[in-house]
Amino acid sequence: MADPASAKPPPARAGRALPMPDWARFPWWVIILILAGILAATTIFTSADYTSIITLLSSGIYLTLYVTFFAYALALVVGLLAGLMRVSRNPVLNTVGTLYVEVVRGIPLLVQILYFFYVIAPALADRTPEPFDQLFRSEVNMGIIALAIGYGAYLAETYRAGIEAIPRGQMEAARSLGMSYVQAMRYVVLPQALRIILPPLGNDFVAMLKDSALLSAISVKELTLWTRQRSANTFRPLEHWTIAALLYLTMTIGLSLLVRYIERKFAIPK
Amino acid sequence: MNSESPIIQIENVHKRFGKVHALRGVSTTVRRGEVLVLIGPSGSGKSTLLRCINGLERPESGRVIVDNIPLDNSSEHINAVRAEVGIVFQQFNLFPHLSVLQNITLAQQIIRKRTPDESKKIARALLAKVGIPEKADAYPAQLSGGQQQRVAIARALAMNPKIMLFDEPTSALDPEMIKEVLDAMLLLAREGMTMVVVSHEMGFARAAANRIVFMDEGALIEDTTPEQLFTHPREERTKQFLSKILE
Repeated sequence: MADPASAKPPPARAGRALPMPDWARFPWWVIILILAGILAATTIFTSADYTSIITLLSSGIYLTLYVTFFAYALALVVGLLAGLMRVSRNPVLNTVGTLYVEVVRGIPLLVQILYFFYVIAPALADRTPEPFDQLFRSEVNMGIIALAIGYGAYLAETYRAGIEAIPRGQMEAARSLGMSYVQAMRYVVLPQALRIILPPLGNDFVAMLKDSALLSAISVKELTLWTRQRSANTFRPLEHWTIAALLYLTMTIGLSLLVRYIERKFAIPK
Repeated sequence: MNSESPIIQIENVHKRFGKVHALRGVSTTVRRGEVLVLIGPSGSGKSTLLRCINGLERPESGRVIVDNIPLDNSSEHINAVRAEVGIVFQQFNLFPHLSVLQNITLAQQIIRKRTPDESKKIARALLAKVGIPEKADAYPAQLSGGQQQRVAIARALAMNPKIMLFDEPTSALDPEMIKEVLDAMLLLAREGMTMVVVSHEMGFARAAANRIVFMDEGALIEDTTPEQLFTHPREERTKQFLSKILE
């Protein structure tokens, strides 16, 4: 017999399926963006016009972030419930989950938002006693719910993919130790699935920040609507829209970096 | 309770997977403290039979009764049986997101309602017993196959099972790691644990088994002692199988 040291299997080859040279893996795009950012910043802060525009538009940022955070938090919950329905073997739950996902994914998000705000929300408001009906008449609240329902369907599919990626043996081992289905999901399957789906969940967060611009259609005064009104009033579209685009870009890149940090923090030790 | 009384009763169990008739009317009993080894060619139904004992597979007809609890449609019964029956899988199935210690304490805390301190103490004692006390804070991916399988044994033992099931526990291991796992199993057998083991490790069967059962095509072909089976196999199919695995 060979000596034990040489009998050990070779370490699994780390790395990617498509190898890249080291210089190409360097994040050049960050450098380019930083240079562009410095250029933009000097232009903005040396010009009184730009400085005043950015100050005015900043009020829209608050609402954009507010709407995105709450809608995303809600979508995470809606998506988890729908995703669990999709993997459920209970035919009723499974059908309800699938119906929701297929209907919502088949309708443009803008149409969903308009439908929810002009059809469903007023109907709910009319059936709700005062003063609670105001809840359904607030465009910010309804915008948050509409975004959450729309994104919940995509997140449901992400959760489902994550859960299905966990080997069946994990559920079997947990159940064999006496755990119920719910306990096995909560302690064994979901913690692993969440780590796998962190990158797509982060993508959806960034995507939702961008799609919050659609709420301008139901007069939520977030960054896009704010920009539109200002640029129309001042007849200066170039300056306003450039600043708005840069503000969106700054926010999305910031979020991307945050997501990467979270991914690393929760990685399973190897 | 009488040590001779059956703890596992299997009565005329049938199981089909699509067109495959995996179990064709299997009946047997296992007594307390007995070590039963199941052998047979792949696809003979030995793993399916083992998985019927803790409800991972549900028989189409026939009955399985474990420690006087029938494995029927009641999830209460199934969970009660599972808490008394530990299982060790071929692929270990440790929870990769938890440390070794957490792997062993998780079910203790949520099923047995033990305190964190109590469950950790038990976990550390069991890790010492299977020979890897120093790996408590490691993660499964940092361990060798043999170490992972010993953690899996400790995880099952932490629930104080009355029965331990082993589903080809050494088949996924490199040769030099098989012994360390078999040694842990042997220790358990010596302590009087009731064990049902699907394995082709004939050394283990010789050293630890009271009974050895040869299965083929979903049926029990021969049920005897290891000496008898190795020296005087009765059935032609048993002889052919033994000649293949013992060469």
